[in-house]
Amino acid sequence: MLWKHKDLLGIEGLKKEEIELVIETAISMKEILKRTIKKVPTLRGKTICTLFYEPSTRTRSSFELAAKYLSADTMSISVSVSSVQKGESLLDTVKTLEAMGIDALIVRHSSSGVPYLLANNLKCSVINAGDGMHEHPTQALLDVYTVFEKKKRIDNLKIAIIGDIMHSRVARSNIYAWRILGNSINVCGPSTLIPPGIEDLGVKISYNLDDAIEDADIIYILRLQLERQKKGLFPSLREYHLLFGITPERLKKAKSDVLVMHPGPMNRGVEISSEVADSIHSVINEQVTNGVAVRMALLYLLLGGGKIDETSHS
Amino acid sequence: MIYQEKAKILDKEGIRRSLKRIAHEIVEKNKGIDNIVLIGIRKRGVPLAHRLQKYLKEIEDKEIPVGSLDITLYRDDLNLRLDQPEVGKTEINFSIEGKDVILVDDVLYTGRTVRCALDAIVDLGRPKTVQLAVLIDRGHRELPIRADYVGKNVPTSRKELIEVRLEETDGIDEVVIAEWKEE
Repeated sequence: MLWKHKDLLGIEGLKKEEIELVIETAISMKEILKRTIKKVPTLRGKTICTLFYEPSTRTRSSFELAAKYLSADTMSISVSVSSVQKGESLLDTVKTLEAMGIDALIVRHSSSGVPYLLANNLKCSVINAGDGMHEHPTQALLDVYTVFEKKKRIDNLKIAIIGDIMHSRVARSNIYAWRILGNSINVCGPSTLIPPGIEDLGVKISYNLDDAIEDADIIYILRLQLERQKKGLFPSLREYHLLFGITPERLKKAKSDVLVMHPGPMNRGVEISSEVADSIHSVINEQVTNGVAVRMALLYLLLGGGKIDETSHS
Repeated sequence: MIYQEKAKILDKEGIRRSLKRIAHEIVEKNKGIDNIVLIGIRKRGVPLAHRLQKYLKEIEDKEIPVGSLDITLYRDDLNLRLDQPEVGKTEINFSIEGKDVILVDDVLYTGRTVRCALDAIVDLGRPKTVQLAVLIDRGHRELPIRADYVGKNVPTSRKELIEVRLEETDGIDEVVIAEWKEE
């Protein structure tokens, strides 16, 4: 199996074998992370630029570390001190960066679709690090990898995705990924946070948490995106916690070897209780570590030589 | 272009004899095997390293560790290649610090694979020595690298191919010399 895409814009449209290739490559990258000298010369001479129009700690630093561990040079553009503030358009900004010779652009933007626009206008590889409420593909891939590491399989699993489905790009990318791999998915949250038509993606909807997590292999808890909710889509944080917060008692409904996952940052005491976040079921810290391995794998697949199909943008 | 096998250089018995001789040479050169570890270069170096481990156990009655090394991430030709090499697993579950590392591969040709392997090994620790054992040395070095133990020297032309087939990876033990010919 060869990776033939110029960019990684979303999980939608990827083949099962492509997801498996990323996971297989990430296994080798994880071995590098365990070494004393965490560095290989693979991408020496390549330059990778991160351009984040939204705040981020883990995704951005994870990409930067992944690039550095593969010996690529990195550059990060901070939007608040860039010419964006002088009114330079997004396309002009990225064209300037490309003219300076970057090989890959990692972009996060609050508008859905921005990475697609950039990929169509740039020759360098574009990686979507989160676009609005649309997709966050590298998060889904690192989630799949984490499950593979723990469960030794990525199919025939019962997955419950809990919380703010509407505003969550992580949820959408995870739904695509787990469906491509052949798993059953329950989504659950307040009805105001479940987007209409989500069942078309092949998921079951539940408004009752206990039903949704019954016999689940994986409980995927989403962050309540308080910054995106000014309209009061649920009455109070306290009520949300009572109805949809994952607590040790709630966890008993799921399988005894259930994995608890969260893309971070967590609102402890809201969508997840501290006891659960720190319990043996939680793989939240592993998700962070595996994020570096998976992003190394993607950078290798996108930039490590290989024949690129310029017409393909996924 | 048609693929044509020209001659069989080694059969099952020939491979066994060559490896057994290499095992004896390793014991002799290192005055025993107490400080030895074997690292096979993926992919056919790994089964060869396991076979050497078996022969060394027969000679010295000691089991020495075997690891496998994937050099994909150390290649210097990634930009030149059209097909992207799949990254394999490196599994070295022991320390190589201060050890005499015997690097094992099937064919020694330009020396570039061995150079990558040396880069990879120094990232994993600081061995006392690194020695190289190969089943076939076919010449045409592009770097100043030589093998310490050679199963068979096979002078070849650059047009020729050396195909090492092993039970573990290909279902048969043999080494053949082949060529692509114009139809």
